[in-house]
Amino acid sequence: MTNLSLNAPAPRRRSAPSRAASVLIIGVLLMVLLVFFVLPVVWLLLAPSKTASQALHDSPLSFGSFHEIGAAWNHLFAFQGDAMVTWLRNSAVYSVSALVLTLLTSVPAGYGLALTKFRGRKTLLVTTLVTMMMPSATLVLPIFLELNQFHLIGTAWSVILPFSFFPFGVYLVYIYFGVSLPKDILSAARIDGCSEFQIFSRIALPLAKPVVGLVAFFSFVGNWNNFFLPYLVLPNSNEFPIQVGLNQLLSSTPSFNPVAGAGLNVTIPELALAIIVSILPVLVLFLFSQRTLVSGMLAGATKE
Amino acid sequence: MTLLDPQRTAVNVPRGGRVSRRGGGGPAGYLFVAGYALLLLAFGVFPTGYAFYLSLTNSQGRFTGFNQFIKVAQDYRFVPAFTNILIYLVMWLVVLVVLTVLVAVVLRGRMRPGVSALFRFLFYIPGALAGVASVLVWLFMLAPDVSPAARLLNWLGLHSFTAVIAPGNLPVIFVLIAFWTGAGGWIVVMYGALNNIPDEVLEAAKMDGAGPWRMACHVQIPMIRQWIVYMTILAFAAGTQLFVEPQLLQTASLQRVSPTWSPNQLAYVFAFQQGDFNGAAAISVFLLALGLICAGLLVARSNLFSLDDK
Repeated sequence: MTNLSLNAPAPRRRSAPSRAASVLIIGVLLMVLLVFFVLPVVWLLLAPSKTASQALHDSPLSFGSFHEIGAAWNHLFAFQGDAMVTWLRNSAVYSVSALVLTLLTSVPAGYGLALTKFRGRKTLLVTTLVTMMMPSATLVLPIFLELNQFHLIGTAWSVILPFSFFPFGVYLVYIYFGVSLPKDILSAARIDGCSEFQIFSRIALPLAKPVVGLVAFFSFVGNWNNFFLPYLVLPNSNEFPIQVGLNQLLSSTPSFNPVAGAGLNVTIPELALAIIVSILPVLVLFLFSQRTLVSGMLAGATKE
Repeated sequence: MTLLDPQRTAVNVPRGGRVSRRGGGGPAGYLFVAGYALLLLAFGVFPTGYAFYLSLTNSQGRFTGFNQFIKVAQDYRFVPAFTNILIYLVMWLVVLVVLTVLVAVVLRGRMRPGVSALFRFLFYIPGALAGVASVLVWLFMLAPDVSPAARLLNWLGLHSFTAVIAPGNLPVIFVLIAFWTGAGGWIVVMYGALNNIPDEVLEAAKMDGAGPWRMACHVQIPMIRQWIVYMTILAFAAGTQLFVEPQLLQTASLQRVSPTWSPNQLAYVFAFQQGDFNGAAAISVFLLALGLICAGLLVARSNLFSLDDK
């Protein structure tokens, strides 16, 4: 896989000052990156505890009071009636429905591709791989044009159905069954008179739990965070998922839009709180699965 | 680009673990894949074909050859949009490759495992804010009156939000956002790849007198070259699609930022403000072609996907 070009056999002892300098540079770099990654998160968590004027005049990393968090919460959830609740509910409905459809289609499909033979299998596999590797945004505008042609714009299905199409999930299941289901078990089951569906439901499915969890995680997070497609196909505020709702909130904030936002209570603390609320489900999933994600994300590329 | 891009984790492929093709199943195979195949046709194949069809016809459905492509390419916003995205991509890819590889090497080599895992976790967490949330957070980070980095902004001579979002700064801003949400995931991937280099190789290099830098440059980085190429191609393909970031910035800046900064935004304006679906489809086809080429390259040329045994 590689050419090791180590042609300096003579051991070279580096002087102590140069080693110290390199350690220093590395240390500074890591600290700068640490601040870069963590500081915005800390600011975000602190911002809702302040009033708008405190957010502007106090130190950016100070804590206000719990009372202000409550106040910001009330302002935020009073925005346009109960818009926040509607948006969060929409997001949940779209993401969960799509997740269910994704699992119902991708688990059997991955199994079928890995363990059965049929004409067109190779084509389906290659198409799946290519679609999976393409950035998902490439297909958004074409999907919009298609849905528009069939007059499906503005319905929940116009988001749920495209979200359900998740080639990466199929690929994960395909890889999983390909390496984890020994051929002998399947042959033995066939000899014992199991039908193809019994093999799938009694042998393959119970084994598939880990991969189902993985597919569910990626599908849910991807759907929850998606902005582009719902932004194009859902014209009415009461159909928005939270991501598109945040955009609406942003355009009604006096901080960024003094004209349209005049007189509204949605200021910096409310907007920061809205961001936190909107990412909460994903953040919880992240924290729960961080061990798997951070250490085991490369299932095959980490040492056994 | 989100951290949880499906492509990102496609590196899950068990290395060397080829998926063996097993016989059996007969026509049952069709039933297993039927539901997914329908979705693939409806939301993968058909929209692609339809975009091509629209781009080759006019609003009356008459075939017009390449006229739509010529029309959009001659639009006064076309070249700026593609130039913007090109500048962004160059900066983004350089920053991404240099920093993720460097950090992964450092985290792999010079640190206690617990500390290294903590760093990886902290770098990774902003990925949960992918999409709109990260852009909103950065709007605040870039507004000198509320930002915790206000001093830095002032020191750079940027005293107001308007000054920060001057056109020349936009590529840098988008690189910052993309790096904040995406780099942590790639650092994890690169770390995993480095982790996969057998200890004997590193030991041998050490015996030959290689210090940490020589080890990185001559052993570790060449050995994960494949993953670096993979990351670069995926980040390039995803970068061409920039939409949420400039779109939200445009909203927040009260239209001071061009509404057609990126090609995807231009396609959006064609479709939604001009009602020109054929023109929008033509721009989409340019972007689709880029995406298809990148995906095709990865699938056909890399051995990261051991598709099948023959």
